[in-house]
Order: sequence, then structure tokens, then C-alpha cells
Amino acid sequence: MTDYRDFTWTDANKAEADRIIALYPPGRQASAIMPLLWLAQYQMRDETGIAWLPVPVIEYVAAQIGMPYIRAYEVASFYTMYNLKPVGRYHVQLCGTTPCLLRGSDEIMKACKDKGLKKGATTADGLFTLTEVECLGACANAPMVQINDDNYEDLTYDSMTGILDMLARGETPKVGSQIGRTASCPEGGPTTLTEMA
Amino acid sequence: MLADKDRIFTNLYGFQPWNLSAAKLRGDWADTKDLLSVGPDAIIDAIKASGLRGRGGAGFPTGMKWSFMPKTPNPERPSYLVVNADESEPGSCKDREIIRHDPHKLIEGALIAGFAMRARAAFIYIRGEYIAEAKVLMAAVQEAYAAGLIGRNACGTGYDFDVVVHRGGGAYICGEETAMIESLEGKKGQPRLKPPFPAGAGLYGNPTTVNNVESVAVVPTILRRSPEWFAAIGRPKNEGTKLFQISGHVNRPCVVEEAMSIPFRQLIDEHCGGIRGGWDNLLAVIPGGSSVPLVPAHQIMDCPMDFDALRELKSGLGTAAIIVMDKSTDIVRAIARLSYFYKHESCGQCTPCREGTGWMWRVMERLVTGDAEAHEIDMLLEVTTQVEGHTICALGDAAAWPIQGLIRHFRPEIEARIAKRKGFVAMPNLAVAAE
Repeated sequence: MTDYRDFTWTDANKAEADRIIALYPPGRQASAIMPLLWLAQYQMRDETGIAWLPVPVIEYVAAQIGMPYIRAYEVASFYTMYNLKPVGRYHVQLCGTTPCLLRGSDEIMKACKDKGLKKGATTADGLFTLTEVECLGACANAPMVQINDDNYEDLTYDSMTGILDMLARGETPKVGSQIGRTASCPEGGPTTLTEMA
Repeated sequence: MLADKDRIFTNLYGFQPWNLSAAKLRGDWADTKDLLSVGPDAIIDAIKASGLRGRGGAGFPTGMKWSFMPKTPNPERPSYLVVNADESEPGSCKDREIIRHDPHKLIEGALIAGFAMRARAAFIYIRGEYIAEAKVLMAAVQEAYAAGLIGRNACGTGYDFDVVVHRGGGAYICGEETAMIESLEGKKGQPRLKPPFPAGAGLYGNPTTVNNVESVAVVPTILRRSPEWFAAIGRPKNEGTKLFQISGHVNRPCVVEEAMSIPFRQLIDEHCGGIRGGWDNLLAVIPGGSSVPLVPAHQIMDCPMDFDALRELKSGLGTAAIIVMDKSTDIVRAIARLSYFYKHESCGQCTPCREGTGWMWRVMERLVTGDAEAHEIDMLLEVTTQVEGHTICALGDAAAWPIQGLIRHFRPEIEARIAKRKGFVAMPNLAVAAE
């Protein structure tokens, strides 16, 4: 699909879109705009390898619920996770807010830059886009990045470099804590409810 | 230390599966019908008696909030519960653990809370960045529907109650209750003026109550164990257990459930392995998420961690997101980074916030390097008071308070940087003159 003007739901996504619209009360289908934009962005990623929302796709989604394009665009442009410009195959979203800053997000940024990533830009091979984002809500596992749908937590310069290397080789790095912690459990084992572990 | 038998979130770290069968083994969904059989008003009274205060930051009594909802809803204007899972306050990461590891506590809580406020449905608004968490929550909701626990004739009570999971798109402001309602209606997340309050006119103009994930998820256990059990934990007016989230310069950052009012030192020593470099190395703490003012080390060390004690220190418990900073911290930069956060997240609706957050951030960046005049510190303080209280929602306040806390406690540090920079500027000239 080179011309996004012919964007239509896949059969599976058509059924999913109908299910989503039916979740909201009659006459309130505008509520479905956010989940439908999500669905469209994921379909774009599946079909083109790039998760983003070109104008014809937003127009298509808006038409599905009888919403004027400008209102759908208003939503798509207000929320930062809808990509109005193409991103790389791997969208590296690096948290730089204070809890991550305190745990060394500068080093993680340096690891990205040393691998040729540039803040706010996509690498020439189209593989990586680097964005510094605001708090992603994994503060007890700082510093962290989110790459596409996955979190990588408790990072160091070396582990971040390793993750980027693996992705570049087409491999799948281990998701979650990079130092072997279970979620936000204290490193070395729980201090509470030890019989559950 | 809170005894394990008094912990509500027994699968906080996900050592056990999140699914329905495992949740039932942990006691969730046990005789939910009996809990509901006492009727809505008795449930509200029980929550009032438990002393539960909202866990999203403001600490408003949860039972009282529910009592504002209409007792006989108009069928044409059904009431709604909105569960605030838009956890975006820097430092906060507790709702995430509930959602991905104990989602059935939340869903059962939503049913009970919704029943108590006579709501038709619950909308759980989860932040867009919680992708894996949203998948778990949606799957858990499907399990609950399939088991007849929610939906038509929920738990065999004859009461119909739907639960819808709605994903956000990366806007901090949607954690503000009226912005969340706007967003749920398919609009930009810009807060509404209050009044009307959501309990009168909220989602789709209908009566609505917005509750934090943790506030909702603790409800079933409070009803099972009794309000008196919950109220016996913590200091008066600060009752119950609480998920504390400790990040920053401790030896082992973590999320942990503890008794309210636990002293800061005990919390850090028992669960986080102490302050990095020892207690003498502690500089300051942001005790309740980024929007509350920082507290210097000597004031916080033995402070009970609860709403009232931290308010006496001119800070707040907020979401109990504790950001610890040791003496290696560039404290001015740490706060300047928060100023950038608020500049980034301002929705742009109110002029004092839209313009003020950017202005404050730019001055803060200059204070980091000392590239400023000493009188600008007072000018910045003055501007924070011009933003604070002059906006529709509290984001303006949240942007002002960290800066006020910094200047209140670390003015000499800021002044020293300005003086030092002036010194550096003068020295090359001296060198030139000497040649």
C-alpha cells in the first residue's frame, strides 16, 4: 500500500471496530475515536511496517463514526502517541523525567546516540526513531525505555547498547527488567509476602 | 511493619498468575453477591467508616464522594463510574502493578463501587503507554464477563453492570477528572470548569464519579475484612494500607504495600535497603509525586508518611510516589526537569498555565547553570504565585509547587550558582589583563 487513500479495515479489524463502537452508549460513538485511531495505527504498522496516521487514514476513521475530519484530527494531534509523521520500525521512547534522570537516563541517552540514534529523528536506514518522552510510569524500575509495545527497564549504558544491537540484527531482546528483577519487587527478593514468591 | 495477613495486594509483583482462577484462590470474587446484598447505602456507610481517602492524590474521603451520586437515578440519565488508571504523575507506578498483576481486584471493586453509587457502567481509562497492562486488563474483563461476574445479572444479583476499558493516548492532563471525561467523550483532554461537578453532570452530561484505581481495588477487601480492620491501620484520619512507590537514590527501589503513617526511615530501611550511601547522604525527598514540593532530608527522615503529616511539612502524600535524592543530585536540574514536564503537558487552555509553564521552565534552565541575576529568583517565585490558583485545573498549581519548594529550601544553592557563574565570567578578563 503506497497510497494511503485506499486504506480500509481488514476483515478482522472491521469486526473489531464494530465491537468497539458498540461499547459506547447509542449516539455516543464519538467516544470510539481514540480506540479506532489506535486500531488504525496498528493496522498501518502491520501493513507498512510503520506505525503512523497519515491524513487519509484519519479521514477514513472519522468517516466510520460520522465525525468531521477536523475533530478527529484535533484528537490525533492532541495525544502524543498518535504518530502524525512516520517513525522508524523501532520507536525508541526514552523516559527523561526526573525519576529516570536520577537513575541515569543521561547514560541511556548517550548509549542511543553512540549507536547513531538522534533525538527527534529517524536513522537513515529507517530502523530507529528516538524520542525523549515524559514519565512512562515505571519509576521503580528506572531508567527505562519503551520500544514499540515493550518496556525495557533497569537499564545501563551497556544493556541499552545490547538491546539496540539485538534489534538491529532482527533479534528479540528480553522484555522488562534487564537485571532480572520480577516487576517492581526489590532487587534480591521480596521483603513482604515471601511465601507467595 | 504491616503483617503479611493484612496486605490487600497479595500478588503485587506477579509471582502468581493474574487470571481469574488464580485470583479466586487469592480470595477475589468470593461471595461478591453477599457483599452486595446489604445494599448501596450500607456499602457507602462501610467505606465511610473505614476512613478510606482517595488514593489518586487529593485524599478526599471515598465514601463521601460516592454519597454525592443520585440515590434514584433517572433511567434516561444513567450514572457512571470512571476509574482513573491514567497513572502519569512522575514517580507513580502503583496502579500499573494492580492492573497487570491483580486486575480482578480492580474489576470486582468497580462492580461494588458502581453498585454502591447506582451506576450503570464503569469506564476504566488506562494511560496509552500501559500497553501490556491494558491487554491484561481487557482479558481479565473478558474473563469476568464470561463467568457472569459482570454484565447482565452480575454475580446473580439481578443488577446489570458493564465494564469498558478505554485506552488513552499519552496526555498527562487526562488524569484530571474532567479532562478524562472529555477524553472519554472523544475530544481533546481539556479540563472543564467546575461547577457543575461530575456527580451532577459528568460523562455525557450524566452523574459521574471518578475514582483512582487503588481506591477502587481496595474496596472488596475492606468489605470482607470489615471497615474496622482497615481503620485500625495508620493514624486517625489517615487510615488503611497504601502502595508506596520508591524511586531514585535508594539501594533497592520498589513498590510495596505498607501501613499508612509508616515513618519514612522505616519504610526505606525495611524495603529499599536504605539510602544510597547511607542516611547522611540524603539530600531531599519528593514524597508524593512530582507535583508536591520537595522536603529536605532532616525534615522527612522521621516523618510519618501520610496525608496530614506531610501537609504539615508544606508538602503532600499525593500518590505516595516517593522520589529520593541523595547528595550527588543536581537539585536545581532535577526540579527544572519537572518544569519541562509541566510545560510539555500543559493542555494550552488557560493562559497562565500555557504561557507560565514555558516561562518558568526557561528561567529554571538558566538557574541550573547560574546564568541569571539574583533578583530573578524572587521574580520566578512571584510568577509561580501568578500561575497557582489561576487556572481551571490543578496543573498550574502542580507546575508552581515544585519550584516553590526548591526556592524555599535551596535558595542558597541557586544563589551560589549565580555567584559562581559571575566569577567564571570575570576570570578570563583578569587573565587577559594580566597578559
